[in-house]
Amino acid sequence: MQALYAQLLVGLINGSFYALLSLGLAVIFGMLNIINFAHGALYMMGAFCAYFLLNVAGIGYWPALIIAPIVVGIFGMILERTMLQWLAGLDHLYGLLLTFGIALIVQGVFQNYFGSSGLPYAIPDELKGGMNLGFMFLPIYRGWVVVFSLVVCIATWYLIEKTRLGANLRAATENPTLVRAFGINVPRMITLTYGLGVGLAALAGVLSAPINQVRPLMGADLIIVVFAVVVIGGMGSIMGSIITGFALGVIEGLTKYFYPEASNTVVFVLMVLVLLVKPTGLTGRAA
Amino acid sequence: MAEAAAKPAGADILSVSDLQAWYGESHILHGINFNVKAGEVVTLLGRNGAGKTTTLKSVMGIIGKRTGSIRFNNEDIIRASSDRIARMGVAFCPEERGIFASLDVRENLLLPPIVRPGGLSLDQIFELFPNLKERLNSQGTKLSGGEQQMLAIARILRTGARFLMLDEPTEGLAPVIIQQIGHTIARLKSEGFTILLVEQNFRFASTVADRYYIVEHGKVIDGFANSELSANMDKLHTYLGV
Repeated sequence: MQALYAQLLVGLINGSFYALLSLGLAVIFGMLNIINFAHGALYMMGAFCAYFLLNVAGIGYWPALIIAPIVVGIFGMILERTMLQWLAGLDHLYGLLLTFGIALIVQGVFQNYFGSSGLPYAIPDELKGGMNLGFMFLPIYRGWVVVFSLVVCIATWYLIEKTRLGANLRAATENPTLVRAFGINVPRMITLTYGLGVGLAALAGVLSAPINQVRPLMGADLIIVVFAVVVIGGMGSIMGSIITGFALGVIEGLTKYFYPEASNTVVFVLMVLVLLVKPTGLTGRAA
Repeated sequence: MAEAAAKPAGADILSVSDLQAWYGESHILHGINFNVKAGEVVTLLGRNGAGKTTTLKSVMGIIGKRTGSIRFNNEDIIRASSDRIARMGVAFCPEERGIFASLDVRENLLLPPIVRPGGLSLDQIFELFPNLKERLNSQGTKLSGGEQQMLAIARILRTGARFLMLDEPTEGLAPVIIQQIGHTIARLKSEGFTILLVEQNFRFASTVADRYYIVEHGKVIDGFANSELSANMDKLHTYLGV
């Protein structure tokens, strides 16, 4: 039983990263109509940003949780202003190719300087150790990641679905021309939205640094699964991305316990099944 | 030609001259000339595809390529972005109404930002359109066609814009709703709003308009005041093919 709970926890942790990343992808896709293949590279940059902050400037984990998403978010906004904005109105393929190219360049640069092996990033003192819950041993840091990710996801959902700002964003997703004709600066909103999505990816990167180490290809490995998650959940649905992210993490964890051989493929098998039955994804709105 | 129309007192709020506009490669407007004075209701009439909607969209700044001159309150806005034009006090109610499906009625109503003081309060809006108050929490596109049209007009009255462009507000609506929209336009006019209307429904337009311009093949080919309407009926039938 211990092993089952441990795998469930691993599943929830992975689910947290899936949720944070697919949430960002969904927000970006909704607003920019771009399938952001650079998402994994930006997640990696978040982790590296935390690593640099600690080892170059002596700034620890807690400030990094705020600083890294902002720094990487700004990098993302520069990408949007200088490159992505010119793709508005073109086929999805262009955005996909451009962001894929950006991902390869960013990963290549980091690999050039840091190789492919992982750099250590210590768990902050406050979150070291674990708790015995009776039925299992819970490392505090891992519990923190799950709870904090959930809080961030819900806060993002609230921002988009329940606030004035979110209403502007949803409206601009539907009809940017009209929203702009009401006097709202839509291009600026698009840039900020991309920054938000990228910031979420960078935040996931910081959270993951103490668990998975900091590696140039950490995002490349993850992003493929995240895209499967997004396909299953349905592009463009905020709550859908969150729920599917966590759920698929758990399903993956359970598979590791019951049938480990399939644990790497279960998400993709589910993706194929969903595509066959409901091509818009479980919660997706038809275009 | 259009200048023959009788002009009521008041300065030009909008004056458009030699406006040309393109959708991609197709040249839609070939030199549109007209003006709208403060407090007037001016109607653009013409057949489908004549360029009436494109004219409104050009004034709003949402047609990619446009040349000529569009002066709003004496400022040339031909190159301005649509968000800037909106913040100068121009409000647009599109033909397809543009109600957002992912927003509820309240969010739709509150979406356009206030651009200047003096807009209608929510209470005044609910007085004009009581139906909306009861449906505040419904999804925007769950409203009936008439209610959606009311919502589309209501939301631009909040913003403080005093120049409204309404693109076929009566299209596809029941007579009783058309009547209600007619009352609303008359009420807005009496409160000093300036309105540029595009209509196919000539009978409706004649109940609210001060002046008319006829648009054909991307040009304004004629114009006259409401008082000259009966004298121009024959011409009008030819123009509109009714």
